[in-house]
Amino acid sequence: MTDSSKLDHLLHLYRQMQLIRRVEEEAAAAYAKGKIGGFLHLYIGQEAVAAGCSAAMRPEDTMIGTYRDHGMALVRGMSARALMAELYGKDTGCSRGLGGSMHLFDAKNRMLGGYGIVGGHIPLAAGVAFASKYRDEKAVTLCFFGEGAVPIGDFHEGLSLAALWKLPVVFICENNEFSMGTPMSRTLSVEDLTLKAPGYGMQSDRLIVEDVLEVEAHIRKAIDRAREHNEPALIELRTYRFRGHSMSDPGKYRSREEVEAHKARDPLLRARKQLVDGGREADVLRVEEEIEAEVLDAVQFAESSPEPSADLLEATTYVGPFAR
Amino acid sequence: MGTRSLRFREALRAAMLEEMERDDSVFLLGEEVGHYQGAYKVTEGLLEKFGPKRVIDTPIAESGFAGIAIGAAMVGLRPIVEFMTWNFSAVAFDQILNNAAKLRQMSGGQLQVPIVFRAPNGSARQVGSQHSHAMEHFYAHIPGIKCIAPATPADAYGMMKTAIRDENPVLVFESETLYSLKGDVPDDPDFTVPFGVASVAREGKDISLISWSRPVHVCLDAAAELARQGIDAEVIDLRSLRPLDEETILRSVRKTHRAVIVHEGWSYGGVGAEIADRIQRFAFDDLDAPVGRVSFLDVPMPYNAALEQHVIPNTPRVVEAARAALYAR
Repeated sequence: MTDSSKLDHLLHLYRQMQLIRRVEEEAAAAYAKGKIGGFLHLYIGQEAVAAGCSAAMRPEDTMIGTYRDHGMALVRGMSARALMAELYGKDTGCSRGLGGSMHLFDAKNRMLGGYGIVGGHIPLAAGVAFASKYRDEKAVTLCFFGEGAVPIGDFHEGLSLAALWKLPVVFICENNEFSMGTPMSRTLSVEDLTLKAPGYGMQSDRLIVEDVLEVEAHIRKAIDRAREHNEPALIELRTYRFRGHSMSDPGKYRSREEVEAHKARDPLLRARKQLVDGGREADVLRVEEEIEAEVLDAVQFAESSPEPSADLLEATTYVGPFAR
Repeated sequence: MGTRSLRFREALRAAMLEEMERDDSVFLLGEEVGHYQGAYKVTEGLLEKFGPKRVIDTPIAESGFAGIAIGAAMVGLRPIVEFMTWNFSAVAFDQILNNAAKLRQMSGGQLQVPIVFRAPNGSARQVGSQHSHAMEHFYAHIPGIKCIAPATPADAYGMMKTAIRDENPVLVFESETLYSLKGDVPDDPDFTVPFGVASVAREGKDISLISWSRPVHVCLDAAAELARQGIDAEVIDLRSLRPLDEETILRSVRKTHRAVIVHEGWSYGGVGAEIADRIQRFAFDDLDAPVGRVSFLDVPMPYNAALEQHVIPNTPRVVEAARAALYAR
């Protein structure tokens, strides 16, 4: 890759990361105004994970993750409008206002959810990979979860079966050091989570997330192995969320200094600096301006969209007649 | 249309085999379904016929393999998941409740989950407390899934086919103690039995005995005994619990004016309570007596053979409940 095409690519990833951050900042503001209800788990600080992983995927590959899913949906191609409208609970949202922040789905772009039960989606991801293998599609599934999912049974059953049946799935543990307010020192018996992989005969890899291109390069290796040899892998990406677990979390379990130290290593700003240093400041400013317009348009769209009709409820519960 | 005489397990097997021949996206997975030929021999011979790609032995990891099957179904495959018994589905309950039943709605209708979960259910002769649950009561509660519980080989055959062809999650509650029951089964690969249509297993005019699965046969025994006592009982075999054939229940109650609901599992908050509620709501003026219920006694299942018989619905208890509803003690 030439320096110029590398910077073009980095600009594309910066665009995605900046879009996630700005969408979420606006979502947080709307939440504070009571426009968005329920839970809102922000991804701010972790954007380089979604953007880097997505860059290594093909359109036919699938992404599945947790309730911290805004970034995943955007990098796979969901519009800011469909996302914001979903947060507002509107009919024009990706899940027609029935899913909400935690349940973003975009089947067309193979973003297959947003799940609210920790670890429960890990076997589902293996199942999507099972179907790809069954149909010989050469497609890979990427499954995201936090280190808080590692102690639960479905993590182990999902990895064990994926390794046993050689399924094309890459398990990505976004280790942001806290499962809600509890540090990993009090939830896990080992600090290196890739130690779980050899017990299942699975490949693993581990990276501290600082550079989005580095994330992409590591994930690409795992995806290629999964695609070519049906070898699943467990990848631990050490990252950090700058905001609370959800909007209701004051974050008293960690110091301001700790958070600020991580913010100083923000992968998004690092990408921005690389672009500016590479002479692409004008591009950066243009992209930021475009994103501003896109995000404000998304908010406006969400505000003005209609509420979903109650007629949707039964029709989306069953295919065909309601079973009562 | 000819018929063939099949045991209940053979009827289920024939339905699965024919549907697997008809549609390559149908596959079967579960503990011991392949090389062992099925813990209860329901899947005997299927591995030899379809090979290990489509008949998949799983380790003992119900949540894991149920979740994998749901994931495969949400992208278009049509899995049949066999639990060794429904008791073991408890560790996969989250997968069924939170994923299979919810995916369609929480994706705004983008996804659907055409999957069958099947297993023996209910009492099974002295298998003790942890292996005797009637799990349909837990699952019928959940919108987004369908629950069926056939009592005859013909219904097992026709409803299993309907289940496999359904675009929604369908839970099939079988019975270990019915697996060897023989019956005439239509010799027609396109024979299906629709869900939500009860069958009148015995016509009568004095009282409605409403049941499903194994206890339907207890009700038929009780009806024979009641006939000797001059009481003409109707036996309704619901076959399907969600959807529930409310119309057939109400039609029967409007004729007999009395009803006793008979099922395995506990009565507290169960499917029987739902049926009793619908009867009182929609046929209140037709009732000549309170709706009776015969179920497991409200205790965990004991191992002791006599105590087990004491706990599960049996003919004398059904007869007694029917006579009580007729004020004929």
